[in-house]
Amino acid sequence: MKATQKQAETRQPWVREDLVIVPMRAKSAADAIAQLGARLQTGGFVKDTWTQATIEREKTFATGLPTPEVGVAIPHADVEHVLQQAIAVGVLEKPVEFGEMGNPDSTVPVRIVCALAVARSELLVTLLQQLVEMFQSPGVLSQIAGARSPAEIVEIFDHHIQIE
Amino acid sequence: MNGERRVLVACGTAIATATVVAEKVKEIAKEAGIPVKVVQCKAAEVRGRIATFDPHVIVATTPVPKDLGIPVFNGVPFLSGVGMDALKAQIIEALKKA
Repeated sequence: MKATQKQAETRQPWVREDLVIVPMRAKSAADAIAQLGARLQTGGFVKDTWTQATIEREKTFATGLPTPEVGVAIPHADVEHVLQQAIAVGVLEKPVEFGEMGNPDSTVPVRIVCALAVARSELLVTLLQQLVEMFQSPGVLSQIAGARSPAEIVEIFDHHIQIE
Repeated sequence: MNGERRVLVACGTAIATATVVAEKVKEIAKEAGIPVKVVQCKAAEVRGRIATFDPHVIVATTPVPKDLGIPVFNGVPFLSGVGMDALKAQIIEALKKA
């Protein structure tokens, strides 16, 4: 039983169409996090504490990355707020400012928000490694920023995020 | 230069970004032929780890105190890809000087 569960968990795609908001309109980083958190909660991926915990965590450990061409943020909460792994993705029409990771005095204009729901911390490491590779692949961020449908976003993530 | 260089990698939780950065540091040190020992910790533990681990260089993805008396590098370019080559060169130079 346990093995079957594990298999189901590892095969499940990280991004689903109902977890993608494109185009997204948000007033602030907190607003963007709340919108993606609502999708994750509706899908049964996170607890109702996730959004607030993520907004709070962002104040101490900002997740905006000054990536080339298009800014990205990877807001997330601790594992205790997560039920099942998933990534909710928002592609903003107009960028919102996220605090810059490692540099509290600075902000990054972000257009791609990847809200990470990760239930096991060792999985976060693998996911982060693959996300970093993906962000550093030439053209991928522009491709995500230019996507017009959730299906396109799901396809791009499926191609790059393969965690067995 | 002789002997192993010690690198302390700090992030918010000592898990995610620190692991990604630690792997990169090991990789670039290997390419440069510098033997390194890399240890990860939380930002809040940096002072304590300096006492026990005595690192030559610190690479952090989250703010750490500036008065540590040890070269501190912002490791975020390893995650964003922007400025990564310059950062690699700076870390290698610091490791060689250490």
